[in-house]
Amino acid sequence: MIDILDGLKAAFWLVISFDAELWEISLRSLRVTLSALIIASLIAIPLGTYLAVQRFRYRRFAISLINALMGLPPVVIGLLVYIALSRSGPFGVLNLLFTPTAMIIAQVIIITPVIASIAHQAMRELWAEYHDLLISLNTTKWQRIVTLIRDGRRNLLTAALAGFGRAIGEVGAIMIVGGNIDHVTRVLTTAIALETGKGDFALALALGFVLIGIAIVVNLAIHTLSRTEREGRW
Amino acid sequence: MSAKFPLELDQVLVQRKGKVLLGPLDLSLKKNGVTIILGPNGSGKTTLLRAMHGIERINGGRITWAQEDPAKHAFVFQSPVVLRRTVAQNLAFPLQLLNVPRAETEAAVAHWLTRIGLSGKSETAATRLSGGERQKLAIARALIRKPDVLFLDEPCANLDGYATREIETILGETAEAGTRLVMATHDMGQARRLADDIVFMLNGKVHETGAAEAVIARPQTEELSAFLKGDIVV
Ligand SMILES: Nc1ncnc2c1ncn2[C@@H]1O[C@H](COP(=O)(O)OP(=O)(O)OP(=O)(O)O)[C@@H](O)[C@H]1O
Ligand SMILES: [Mg+2]
Repeated sequence: MIDILDGLKAAFWLVISFDAELWEISLRSLRVTLSALIIASLIAIPLGTYLAVQRFRYRRFAISLINALMGLPPVVIGLLVYIALSRSGPFGVLNLLFTPTAMIIAQVIIITPVIASIAHQAMRELWAEYHDLLISLNTTKWQRIVTLIRDGRRNLLTAALAGFGRAIGEVGAIMIVGGNIDHVTRVLTTAIALETGKGDFALALALGFVLIGIAIVVNLAIHTLSRTEREGRW
Repeated sequence: MSAKFPLELDQVLVQRKGKVLLGPLDLSLKKNGVTIILGPNGSGKTTLLRAMHGIERINGGRITWAQEDPAKHAFVFQSPVVLRRTVAQNLAFPLQLLNVPRAETEAAVAHWLTRIGLSGKSETAATRLSGGERQKLAIARALIRKPDVLFLDEPCANLDGYATREIETILGETAEAGTRLVMATHDMGQARRLADDIVFMLNGKVHETGAAEAVIARPQTEELSAFLKGDIVV
């Protein structure tokens, strides 16, 4: 009990004193996750919108596939990325294993289906609402997609934030493909796992505080966005 | 006077899921005036309007315009579609799709805002407008491209007398200015006030049609005379 209290005090101190190591790990976490988020969003948002607007032969299959990918355990994705990037794997020559890039790749694979699925759902509703008007105004396919993305931007941002939340808190896949190397691939989640194992509760808790802080900010943002959307204020 | 007319429908047929919704029907709309489509619920008024506008796939027959130019059609839907944007942005939308210069668009928007009495609400979220305001917005947005033809699907359903009169004034002026109006309505008073021609629909077919005065004074079929008297037609 004393241990934990001391740990909490020390953790609090680390946070408010902007401890160098804590700072470095937090920034790396943000950098990796934001990179993954941007790449995943660039793929998932147009994809989700396209699936809502366009009818084609394998559309149902594509939607089921995305939903299935969303259910894949991240650890398994980590394992697959590891195999692909390992020296004897198909992308071994790129030498990406145990780099932040490898972690970004794994995160992109984990969150693209999440963002695409939520985006598709939101865009499908908006398309049902706008369909008649956009057809009537003789819009091109491109104009339809742009209009939906523009007017559904709050929902899309919500989808992206959900992806961000998933990525920043992920530990299994990141640990496997990043290796949790100090000053190279150590991020919030992997550091917490390590420091807890070592018994350094102060640092582990401080890292946990930062992670919780980020999660709270993201959730508040999602909540605020969906409320402004519902109330028709924008 | 619209160069697009006369409009000829020749054995037009709309089927969905093996059920005939419309036709096969022949209909000819001459160059001038206001055509009112009457008929009980489910008689095919909406389907007919959508087919003429070219947004309902037809399964047989042909629809021939004297001059084909889809950008010169406009449609006001039975339940108005409102973009999740401000009132002014809703009005600007059809012109932006055509890349109309900004100054021209702004002038047209300002003109229509005044015309429909919504100048004070130009920056309001359009989804917060009342039913009557939405309907006026939808009509103005349809007219902002200066269409040759305006199809309206019960634009005054659920509106009170005052809002109905406002809309009828705009429609009267529009017809006066040379836009061809084709409108479905349930309101017999409105049909009397606006119609030059009447098309009476029953069970997906044109049951009776002719010049408004003649049709109203001397309906040729039992069903239309019952409908005009306000009896229930089955
Ligand atoms: N996509 C569709 N699939 C199957 N049936 C349809 C479809 N669209 C319309 N219908 C049916 O076609 C018939 C004609 O519908 P329509 O909407 O044209 O009637 P309406 O005269 O406009 O009726 P109302 O006065 O209620 O608006 C109705 O029985 C309707 O249920
Ligand atoms: Mg209808």
